[in-house]
Amino acid sequence: MSWVWFHRFGSPPWVYGFARRWAPWFGGVAAIAMLVGLYGGLVLAPPDYQQKDAYRIVYVHAPSALLSLMIYTTMAIAAAVGLIWRIKVAHAAAAACAPIGAWFTVATLGTGMLWGKPMWGTYWAWDPRLTSELVLLFLYFGYMGLRAAIEDPQKADKASAVLAIVGVVNVPIIKYSVTWWNSLHQPPTRLIGEADMAGNMVWPLITMFGAFGLYFAAVFLVRLRAELLRRERNASWIREVLT
Amino acid sequence: MKSDEYTVAWLVARRDLRLAFRKPSQLIQPLMFFMIVATLFPLTLTPELSRLRDAAPGVLWVGALLSSLLALEFLFREDAQDGTLEQFALSGQSLTWMLFAKTCTHWLLTGVPLAISAPLAAGALGVPLSAMPALVAALLLGSFAMSLTGSISAGLTLGARRGGVLLSLLTLPLAVPILVFGANATQRAITGDDIAPPMYMLGAIAVLGATLAPLAAAAAVRIGLE
Amino acid sequence: MLTVQALHLWRGDRHVLRGVSFTLDAGNCALLTGRNGAGKTTLLRAIAGLLEPEEGQVLWRGEPARKTRDTFHTQLAYLGHEPALKGDLTGRENLRYSVGIRRPVIAAEIDAALTRTGAVEFADRQVRTLSAGQRRRIALAGVLLANATLWLLDEPTTNLDANGQQLVAEIAAEHLARQGLIVAAVHHSLPLPPDQVVDIELAA
Repeated sequence: MSWVWFHRFGSPPWVYGFARRWAPWFGGVAAIAMLVGLYGGLVLAPPDYQQKDAYRIVYVHAPSALLSLMIYTTMAIAAAVGLIWRIKVAHAAAAACAPIGAWFTVATLGTGMLWGKPMWGTYWAWDPRLTSELVLLFLYFGYMGLRAAIEDPQKADKASAVLAIVGVVNVPIIKYSVTWWNSLHQPPTRLIGEADMAGNMVWPLITMFGAFGLYFAAVFLVRLRAELLRRERNASWIREVLT
Repeated sequence: MKSDEYTVAWLVARRDLRLAFRKPSQLIQPLMFFMIVATLFPLTLTPELSRLRDAAPGVLWVGALLSSLLALEFLFREDAQDGTLEQFALSGQSLTWMLFAKTCTHWLLTGVPLAISAPLAAGALGVPLSAMPALVAALLLGSFAMSLTGSISAGLTLGARRGGVLLSLLTLPLAVPILVFGANATQRAITGDDIAPPMYMLGAIAVLGATLAPLAAAAAVRIGLE
Repeated sequence: MLTVQALHLWRGDRHVLRGVSFTLDAGNCALLTGRNGAGKTTLLRAIAGLLEPEEGQVLWRGEPARKTRDTFHTQLAYLGHEPALKGDLTGRENLRYSVGIRRPVIAAEIDAALTRTGAVEFADRQVRTLSAGQRRRIALAGVLLANATLWLLDEPTTNLDANGQQLVAEIAAEHLARQGLIVAAVHHSLPLPPDQVVDIELAA
């Protein structure tokens, strides 16, 4: 019985319907959460005693970074599921993730550079975390490039799945680079319990994490619908959906 | 009665070695490329050896990476085109093991000559004699690791258009750690510091690569043969 | 011994194999006919395990071929469009490696196979210098040497003259007489006893 609901996720029409219904909701809640989080972070939270107001970029930088990693992991898991159990929807999900993840990585690097100038005096440094985040961007580009270069769609799915899985080793490297090596980038900041950050700085940050996650969900569902439409364009259920 | 693994590896290696010696120009090209890269830098940067020495680790390792990318072209491509790679996949033997044998042979033919002739290029860049053994050792390990990671991207791009450029794009992220530690080891050798930490990391990457890369390459090749 | 069950396969958007099914017993040959693009090569590759079907399965000796892939492959010889020979090696060297990787083989066996396929005269020249027909004869020697039960042949008579085509028919008949199986994609039929042949026509 418990497998029945799980099987729905492998059915393109069901997933398409799910995506169409829920994307606007995710988008709406994401927008609200972002407004709340930004207000809390940019207006309500006090200035940092060292960095004054420059630190506020963390409200965009940290969630972007988290999303860039999370999306890659999601993409790799979806690709693995598609490869091992040969589920088409999983491959479509992996393909939908990639451009979103790439943009978040660009955002991470960009906001990081803007923050680096006031904080370290330089836009860029070749330290482990920045370098491995840049490598993540190359992995995304490689994934999308490989997909584009292989004509046969099933081959493209499978080959890019192998690439995604091989590249996932980079994710823990990025995460732990600041604890394993002496990095220019600051070490992890504890947010709850024995927090390194003041309470009224933390809640907007957590809100922004949630907002970015919901935003990803919304955009992902829209992209997934487009992927499914493209892949299943000759299937009969498409005609029913479009009428 | 199947042939045992050692026979299989030996035959694959001997086949590739024999093929390489019948067409040696394929091997010379990557080596020449490395030499050209290494000599262009002094021409374009500065003739002062002391300043070249600072850039030497980077120049040598980037040159090695580019040369390796050039050499990766002929790891699988010809075998894929004439159908012999397909026969490997149909032989009933472990494709992972056969690709590992091919990659090791490829390294013997491309990485080892590069590592051995690197002191020539390094000398031209002002690297002191005392740093040469460490340089060669690091390049041996690093080029081995690069051949292994390159085998994955070479397998993935078998079915792709304009595979050569894509091959470089795919190999680059996986090659970054090798570059970082290799250049670091060379830098430390030049300044006389302890080279053990980066060498250990290079060794670890090589070992990890040797165990995992052929698996990924075999999966990629089977997909590419579809 | 070989059962193909309701095989469906798509290449991109094209539904190439639409529910292909047949059973082949020892000593029998399945001849695949059909126009270009009908899926003969696709079917052969799907049976060999190089392509994964979307639906259906291939059974060898009652077991799914996918599950026992390596064992299945040791009992299988596949001859594709390309003769799968390295141009810079001689025919003899090619066989020494390609067969040696599968099973231990001695020089006398290679000689015998090359003699059977009429390739002995040019077996010590680099394959690069040989004609297409000569290469195919060497490839056929490879099929003989594989000691395989199931032969998958994709247009085996390509590039062969009349003698060569007769050779293919002869070694095919000999293989069937030894209780072997053959699945062959052909343009013209192979002269084999009709009671040993299963005709499968694929529609484009």
